[in-house]
Order: sequence, then C-alpha cells, then structure tokens
Amino acid sequence: MSSILSSSNPAVNPSTRRKRKKKISHNPQIQPENPQIEWKSETQQQNYSSKLLHELQQVRLGSSGPRAVSEAADGALAATARGRTRWSRAILTSRLKIRFMKKNSVERRRRKVMAVIASAGNYQQRRKSKFGVLRLRSKCLPAFQRKARVLSRLVPGCRKQPLPVVLEETTDYIAALQMQVRAMSALAELLTVSGSSSSSTYADPTQLI
Amino acid sequence: MSSRRSRSRHAGSSRITDDQINDLVSKLQQLLPEMHNRRSDKKSATKVLQETCNYIRSLHREVDDLSERLSELLENADTTQADLIRSLIMQ
Repeated sequence: MSSILSSSNPAVNPSTRRKRKKKISHNPQIQPENPQIEWKSETQQQNYSSKLLHELQQVRLGSSGPRAVSEAADGALAATARGRTRWSRAILTSRLKIRFMKKNSVERRRRKVMAVIASAGNYQQRRKSKFGVLRLRSKCLPAFQRKARVLSRLVPGCRKQPLPVVLEETTDYIAALQMQVRAMSALAELLTVSGSSSSSTYADPTQLI
Repeated sequence: MSSRRSRSRHAGSSRITDDQINDLVSKLQQLLPEMHNRRSDKKSATKVLQETCNYIRSLHREVDDLSERLSELLENADTTQADLIRSLIMQ
C-alpha cells in the first residue's frame, strides 16, 4: 500500500525510487517509474554530458557543423536512454544505417542489424490494436486522430505504433528532450565562460577574442 | 467498468480502453510547461495533443539553436579548454 502511494507521489527521493526500480524491472509492458523524475536526476544529466562530450570530440576531429553537433546530441541522448524506449532505438538504428551505408554491401548488413536490434529490444507487436483504437468512442474524432498522427511523426520510431504506445513514448521523449536542452545550455555556458576567461589568462594567439 | 467488459467482447482482442488513453493524456499534460495544472478535465485531449506537438517542435528548435551555438564555440575553442570542461563535468 505504501509503495503504491510513494510511487504515485512525484516528491519521493529518486534514490529510493531507483532501488524499487530493480524489483519491478521484470514488468515488460509499462515503465514503472515516472519518466520525468528519471530524466531530471543529476546522474542522468552527468551520463548524458559525458556521452555528449565524447561524441563532440569525435565530431571535431572530422567535419564540423551545427548539423553534426545536433546529431551527436541526439545520439548521445538515445544512448543515455539505454534502449528501453522505441524512440531511442529508432535513433540508434538510423545512425547505424548511415554508417553502414558509407561502407559496402548495404542491404544485407542493414537487415541483419535491424533484426538484431528489433529482437533485442522490448518489441511487443500489437497487430489488432489499430482497429481497437478507432472503436473508442471519444477518440473517433477526426481531429484527434489527425493530431495523433502528427505527434507520431514527430517522435522518432513511432510512425506505425498504436496510440497508447505513442503517448507513452511521447512522455519519455519530452522529458529526455528537456534534459538535453538543460545539458546543452549548461555546456554552452561553460564554453562561453571559459572562452572569455582563458583569453585573459592564457593569452593564446589563436583566440579570436 | 462494464463498458470495458462490453468493449472487450465487441473488439475481441483489443485491450485498449478509454480510461487508459485518458490516463496517458493526463500524464502528458503534466509534462507540458503550461501552468502545471493538476486538473486534467480542464483541457480536452485534442488540445493536449496539439500543445504537445507544439512543445516538441519548440524543443527541437531549441536543440538546433543550441547545437549551432555549440558548433561555433567548439570551432573557436582549442583542445586545452575541451579537456578542462570534460574534467569539470565528470566531477
């Protein structure tokens, strides 16, 4: 009884929540913890920041540009999600696709990789649920269906998923994006501050300031 | 409760109920930055979906702006700074 109360109360200390998560982790269908709490924790942000920095170092060595940075950020975000959600798996799959396309023999490798990832992830197929959703009376409105389709296109990996899956993925995706924005702005602040301070201390000739 | 049973008899294999969808929509609504209202009856589900789409688009735009800023900063910065920042964040 107390566990149910504390699991619905968002003010619970995240460390106790994480202990409880290990016991409930066998439940395949629903994510037991509130995604908002998980993505707001400090450790997740540090995880993400370290992965992001690692990716950014690699980007800098190659060709740089805002597009590369954005893709590195998304890749780091998907990696931090540990592949438990569809959108993170979709991002990782598309990155692997691009990397394999740059090498040889595209089709066979891509099919193999996607088969492995699909089987490794929590891939529950609900074949009949498309019709089931349409039978719900209040959601039969065409406006609602339209919005749901638009939303499913916005979240990566959810184009053909039924509505409850899309909604679940959206809640996790939004929390993850919020964390991404926080982490990236913190990194930008650090770079700005260190850039202005080091130009006065190091007197580096390559500094433009 | 009886509606759930009758629907499962009609649709046969579909286990999705209206309550489930409403529950998910209300959870989504709590994430949206608007006023943090706890009463989920305030907004219709369509409105929540619309605002969710807008919010995701604005978050994407913010990420793009930040990545532009970061790419500029990274171009100007040299390796000593990057290692410094890395050591700062790792702690």
